Amino acid sequence: MTGHVLKYLGETKLELGPVGDADGNWRTGRDDADVLWLVLDKQNTNMNTISKDVIRELDQHIIAAEKNLPTAIVIRSAKKAGFAAGADISDFEAMTEDGAADLLQQAHDVLDRIEALNCPTICIVHGAALGAGFEIALACDYRIAIPGASFGFPEVQLGLHPGLGGTFRLPALIGPTDAMTMMLTGKTAHTKRAKSQGIVDAVVEERHIAAAVTAAVEGKIDKHEPGVTSRAFGFDQARSLAARKMRSETEKKAPKQHYPAPHALIDLWVEHGDNRDAMQKAEIQSFARLLRSDTSKNLRRVFFLRQNLKDEGRGDDGVSHVHVIGAGAMGTEIAAIAAIKGKIVTLGDIETEALGRAIGTAAKICEDKHLSDIEMRDALDRLMPDPRGYGLAQADLVIEAATEREDLKEKIFKGLKGKLKKSAILVSNTSSLSVDDLATSAPSKTRFAGLHFFNPVSRIDLVEVVKGDATSAETAASLAAFCGAIGKLPVTVADYPGFVVNRALVPYMLEAMVLMDEGVSKEVIDTAALRFGMPMGPVTLADQVGLDVGLHVAQSLSENLKTSMPPISDDLRERVDAGDLGKKSGKGFYDWSDGTPHPDADLDEAPDDLTDRLILPMLNACAEVLREGVAQSPDQIDAAMIFATGWAPFRGGPMHYAKQRGVDDVIARLRELQEAHGPRFTADDGWSGLA
Amino acid sequence: MTDPKNQRVYLVDGARTPFLKARSGPGPFTPVDLAVQCGRPVLARQTFDRTAFDLVILGCVNVIADEMNPARVAALRLGLPEETVAFSVQINCGSGMQSIDTAYRYIRDGSHQMILAGGTEALSHAPLTLRSSAVEWFGKMNTAKGPLDQAKAMSGIRPEFFNPVVGLERGLTDPITTLSMGQTAEVLAQHFNIDRKTADAYAMQSHHRLAAAQSEGRLRDELMPAFDRDGNVYDHDDGVRPDSDMEGLAKPKPVFEPPYGQVTAGNSSQITDGASWCILASQRAVDQHGLEPLAEITDSQWAGLDPSIMGLGPVMAATPIAQRHGFGVDDIDLWELNEAFAAQVLSCLAAWNDDAFCRDVLGLDKAFGRIDRDRLNVDGGAISLGHPVGTSGNRIVLHLANAMKQRGAKRGIATECIGGGLGGAMLLEAV
Repeated sequence: MTGHVLKYLGETKLELGPVGDADGNWRTGRDDADVLWLVLDKQNTNMNTISKDVIRELDQHIIAAEKNLPTAIVIRSAKKAGFAAGADISDFEAMTEDGAADLLQQAHDVLDRIEALNCPTICIVHGAALGAGFEIALACDYRIAIPGASFGFPEVQLGLHPGLGGTFRLPALIGPTDAMTMMLTGKTAHTKRAKSQGIVDAVVEERHIAAAVTAAVEGKIDKHEPGVTSRAFGFDQARSLAARKMRSETEKKAPKQHYPAPHALIDLWVEHGDNRDAMQKAEIQSFARLLRSDTSKNLRRVFFLRQNLKDEGRGDDGVSHVHVIGAGAMGTEIAAIAAIKGKIVTLGDIETEALGRAIGTAAKICEDKHLSDIEMRDALDRLMPDPRGYGLAQADLVIEAATEREDLKEKIFKGLKGKLKKSAILVSNTSSLSVDDLATSAPSKTRFAGLHFFNPVSRIDLVEVVKGDATSAETAASLAAFCGAIGKLPVTVADYPGFVVNRALVPYMLEAMVLMDEGVSKEVIDTAALRFGMPMGPVTLADQVGLDVGLHVAQSLSENLKTSMPPISDDLRERVDAGDLGKKSGKGFYDWSDGTPHPDADLDEAPDDLTDRLILPMLNACAEVLREGVAQSPDQIDAAMIFATGWAPFRGGPMHYAKQRGVDDVIARLRELQEAHGPRFTADDGWSGLA
Repeated sequence: MTDPKNQRVYLVDGARTPFLKARSGPGPFTPVDLAVQCGRPVLARQTFDRTAFDLVILGCVNVIADEMNPARVAALRLGLPEETVAFSVQINCGSGMQSIDTAYRYIRDGSHQMILAGGTEALSHAPLTLRSSAVEWFGKMNTAKGPLDQAKAMSGIRPEFFNPVVGLERGLTDPITTLSMGQTAEVLAQHFNIDRKTADAYAMQSHHRLAAAQSEGRLRDELMPAFDRDGNVYDHDDGVRPDSDMEGLAKPKPVFEPPYGQVTAGNSSQITDGASWCILASQRAVDQHGLEPLAEITDSQWAGLDPSIMGLGPVMAATPIAQRHGFGVDDIDLWELNEAFAAQVLSCLAAWNDDAFCRDVLGLDKAFGRIDRDRLNVDGGAISLGHPVGTSGNRIVLHLANAMKQRGAKRGIATECIGGGLGGAMLLEAV
């Protein structure tokens, strides 16, 4: 609700004590009780990050405080967005290994001095306190959270572990078990959990912060004391035993070969978990080492790729009401996500039973996303099953998610003429049909485009905004902004068979089937892909997508592409005919009755060129879509592949991988494969421009 | 309307949920959930914005603790602006009609242009309440200080504390006469000589009429399917028994006054959950938004009588309307007379057809006349589809408007009896 009365009164103002204007990145002031307020208000940004300058200036303020000791020190953020999002990652790029260790040591010294101050230090946290932000909070005596605050160490997602004292301060505060879990998984603890784990000493509404500070200064807030289990881990054996389990759990999700950081963190704890000073030195060394690893560099690259797509999704989408046509798996999830993100959604289908199932699924998605009861009620209230299609006339955006049949889609589009708002945008969630062909039946070609979501929509962030020949720039911009508004990452691409992602994935899946025909087992094939770093082998992926869908897309691509594709195996057609469609029917190439298969085969007997036969056709297709102008840049392709398919993120994306491996090497290898296996491996002309 | 100061008031559109029979335990929807379920589609099919509403009024008898002022909760959940005032009304079984009548009077008096008026009830959610002796004990337990005090308080526990009061049962009992609603129907049956067989035959016809209305699509625009979180779809009034026959209706024993009574579960209204909304608009709003009203609301009336014969409420409320306009029985093309009990409906008809009653009680010269059964409850009623008490009054007005339009009728009256000894009636005319 944003009524004018509340708007007039304004948002709750942050209690910033007596601070004046910013001097650098900090605003400071002493109140009547001689409490020093240090308020972080980083220049030229809406979100605090912890940069070299932020630390250096903090150092100066602490030195001054040491000379003229205040009653207490309050540290908090002046940004509405939250406390601090972590270290300034762009600083990392400039650090050399030695330089990194020096800089880290200086920052550690500042935090150590805060910890040693002879007056109470109180950190007030609203919003997120992540990474280095969390580490500053941990150096204080008290942490007071405002409801909505969250704490976490997302460093592992960047191929790092905490580097500003988190590895010893958090275990000391909440015990090693919870602390290691937080640091190894990168998961954030929201206010309630943070309170129960002991990360925060009190949870206080913003309007009572001044009173809470006074209470803390007077010693009236009980400080959290670490539990007894912490002491047990003072023994080496206890840590070794616990570490064994941590290592095996971590290996499953993040194999050491590809993701060294969490394993390095476990090593640190086992070796130095009983010695803070040693741990501090080792943390600095380990962090500096990880900073230089390819994994971390590539994962930081992925972070920036995500930021770029987020930026593309900013702006006003002009969409408050979405109408989704078709309550199948895709339509249902699109509708549910849009409703969860605040859109008014009508979901049309002539089958009321399908609409019923859709609401059941939407409720499950709300639960999976940990919505509160009220949030879930509101999301489901916004999602209206619409068997009569009332929403069409009111929708700003109509998303067609009907069965993938051109005649059916054309019929639907023709039926929409005269029913939509004049300004409404119509999109098709097609994965295999030509957007330009479909546009001929649309009520308005300029306000028509493709909007290709990936299955399952609730978990895959990427959406391809497919701009047809006639699609207007405004339409494409609105759609990108719509994706941003519903928490998705848009890439705007041109109409092309398979667009970007499916164009690259289909040869990967088809080659796997050729290999199976040659007698290589599906487990060996999938294991090779997994070892390369793909989240899922091509055979498992085909089953997951649905063999019927895969066959349809493969046929469509084979017919419409100029380039040579692997032949479609008879085995695939037979399975589709027999109704073994993969995960959704319980059986495809794998038997899914016991859940997702986890192939882990011995690769000793595997063909030498197995991995390249799977991976290089994807790279080759990426070179093709870049040459054809389907995507605008190698980075865009890398982002699309990583955020749609989970393509080995620690390798930085397919184009980045090709570059790192050497484009000449890729071309040479493709030539060898072409000689051995045929023209489908012919190196794309686009490589010459990339070499 | 002859007075130029009086605005004309139209019933523009409306929709309801299916009426869902209360089975064991609470149903899938709370009162506000139900109001949201049918409110969303009816708002979605309008050509005007939600900001066009000046007011939301919702009738509801059994308000649950989580939804105080259900009108306001429903309005906000339906996406109406926070500036739109919403209040709830309660006049027992007349609540859903009270909301329409209040809206009608506000618009007629010129202060409002467009009002969303509804009724909702989830009888399956009617609470179990603790006996007051148990509440007292619970209070003592809570304030007891120290283990000794607590032990002392604990010893006061009595088995009957765990025998809660069924809210629904209490709600359907008249507090003045202590008669249950079913008993008031027994009283009328005796006065007007309605026998079991006649009542059963009426009930059977109610089921057959509703079944025909369902299968012939006459409820298509009126009844919007409801969807719960478990993926279930509710797309029809599920209490209907299309194959209802006299043999089956003869089986159930009298529930309210066994063994000699004649009001059974079969010839009484069903206990159900359901909601209904009507959109009322002034002439100005109709013109401004280019609306096509279903009917015009031209009069309304409430009346009171002894609670023990509350079933005659329709006679007491509808007759003054007919008198005011000089209508004879043939001037009313369609009637919706809420079917609380078959014996009660038949008693009303008998009263109107009784010279002495009409002369002595209603002040007419002679009997009002025999209401043709082909004009009465033409698509079934509460006996076949149920009686969510706060909703029924809204439903009968909405259905009367739809039935008038479908049948090309000129004039109709929707009327109901109200527990506690009241009656309500509204006059609708074709546009």
